[in-house]
Amino acid sequence: MLALRSQRGLDHVGLICLPAKLHNSPERIPGAVRATVARHRGHYAQIKLLYADCGTGGALAALCEELGLEMLPGAHCYAVYDGVARFAARAEMRSFFLTDFLVRQFDAFVWRPLGLDRHPELRDAYFGNYRTLVHLAQVDAPETAALAESHAARLGLAFERRLTGYGDLGVSLDGWARPDGPRSARSLGASPPR
Amino acid sequence: MAEDNPEDEIILSELDDAELVEQMFDDLYDGMKEEIEEGVRILLDRGWPPYRVLTEALVGGMKIVGEDFRDGILFVPEVLLAAGAMKGGMAILKPLLAETGAPTIGKMVIGTVKGDIHDIGKNLVSMMMEGAGFEVIDLGINNAVEAYLAAMEAEKPDILGMSALLTTTMPYMKVVIDTMVAQGLRDDTIVLVGGAPLNEDFGRAIGADAYCRDAAVAVETAKALIARRHNRAAAG
Ligand code: B12
Repeated sequence: MLALRSQRGLDHVGLICLPAKLHNSPERIPGAVRATVARHRGHYAQIKLLYADCGTGGALAALCEELGLEMLPGAHCYAVYDGVARFAARAEMRSFFLTDFLVRQFDAFVWRPLGLDRHPELRDAYFGNYRTLVHLAQVDAPETAALAESHAARLGLAFERRLTGYGDLGVSLDGWARPDGPRSARSLGASPPR
Repeated sequence: MAEDNPEDEIILSELDDAELVEQMFDDLYDGMKEEIEEGVRILLDRGWPPYRVLTEALVGGMKIVGEDFRDGILFVPEVLLAAGAMKGGMAILKPLLAETGAPTIGKMVIGTVKGDIHDIGKNLVSMMMEGAGFEVIDLGINNAVEAYLAAMEAEKPDILGMSALLTTTMPYMKVVIDTMVAQGLRDDTIVLVGGAPLNEDFGRAIGADAYCRDAAVAVETAKALIARRHNRAAAG
């Protein structure tokens, strides 16, 4: 997000982050969003929610409706980065996805929350149904790719890398940044940031 | 005292029945599979009927795990370990339960819907349903409507259970239910749905009989709906 902000010169846009850990208990996301919006509403002309549904079963969309906010399309960040339509079309059942963020924070957000540090024997209970780890790369960086490949090995999965750029996150941002212009229909899906 | 008798030196066979069951609750909570298997064998040796071991020691312990998971005290890895331990105990009991003709309340076909690979919750539901006396046919993950229909045709279950953990896969439950309606099968089968992103409204909207928040609710709901069906059959 910070990369996109500087890339697009959106210096007037502030960024407030909720703990990424909330994703492991999605039922707590709407409450956290509500409290945060309430706290910051007075300070900004408008607030956009950079969350997809993220497992809240439509609760975030309902909250946005109530508060008059816009949010990202799609089910989760993997679909957002890959491009919601493209992600759906691929229907990759047996792929486990990691974004650049998750590749770097793999231990904190995947390995430890799943208890694999304490109980490596649980690996196959979690990942036994998977074949491939797909790295959805936002930035073309060989170190991140190598790290992702090492995570695949730890999980016992084949490795695939896909350079997605920021996908529909960029599309949504462009639409929001030009409120008077037409809603951006241009897809930035596959183009990596420059 | 504590040094002379560290906790891991508890001799299960020296505990009386009540203490042993209590200790098995702890061991289940801590996901200690071997200790659970040993406890099950000891109770069987002491003449407990397999069904009693299952309900009092294993299901009883797993209920506590379920409650603490619901209340945010335990997390997914602990639940998975506890389930693994219970599975170890069940593996010993299952053949004995079949021999002793333990009561069967009903039959359930369960599976995770197409496109979805999450199965921890579904497996837990299967296990607790078995523990409560249901025969469970588990279709695994990624089930298309054809797979559900084929299993219903072959097994004639009282209950169909569907699980989904992704917002993108939960609408598929409606596809299955609509197909059941179209083929005139819906009224023969109780449909239960579950998975973290679902809720009661969703269950109602897609035409399920009930949405169940967790495995304990699934067991209670299944029992209640089966009883209601029997009453209705008796009355009418
Ligand atoms: C563990 C987990 C995984 C494991 C799954 C391992 C496995 N073998 O199942 C792994 C790490 C592999 C995984 C993968 C993915 N996951 Co995941 N996962 C979770 C997590 C953290 C917990 C789910 C779980 O097992 N809970 C424990 C069990 C005991 O609870 P439960 O499933 O809710 O089941 C209980 C009840 O719901 C009910 N129940 C469940 N089923 C049924 C059925 C019936 C009939 C009944 C009556 C009751 C019932 O009873 C159960 C027992 O009490 C959730 C977040 C969360 N807290 O829900 C995300 C979550 C579901 N995953 C998510 C995502 C996005 C994915 C991936 C796409 C991620 C990726 N990086 O690729 C893939 C999915 C690929 C695919 N095609 O399915 C998102 C979904 C977002 C969305 N919009 O849908 C979530 C919500 C996390 C998030 N906020 O981002 N995941």
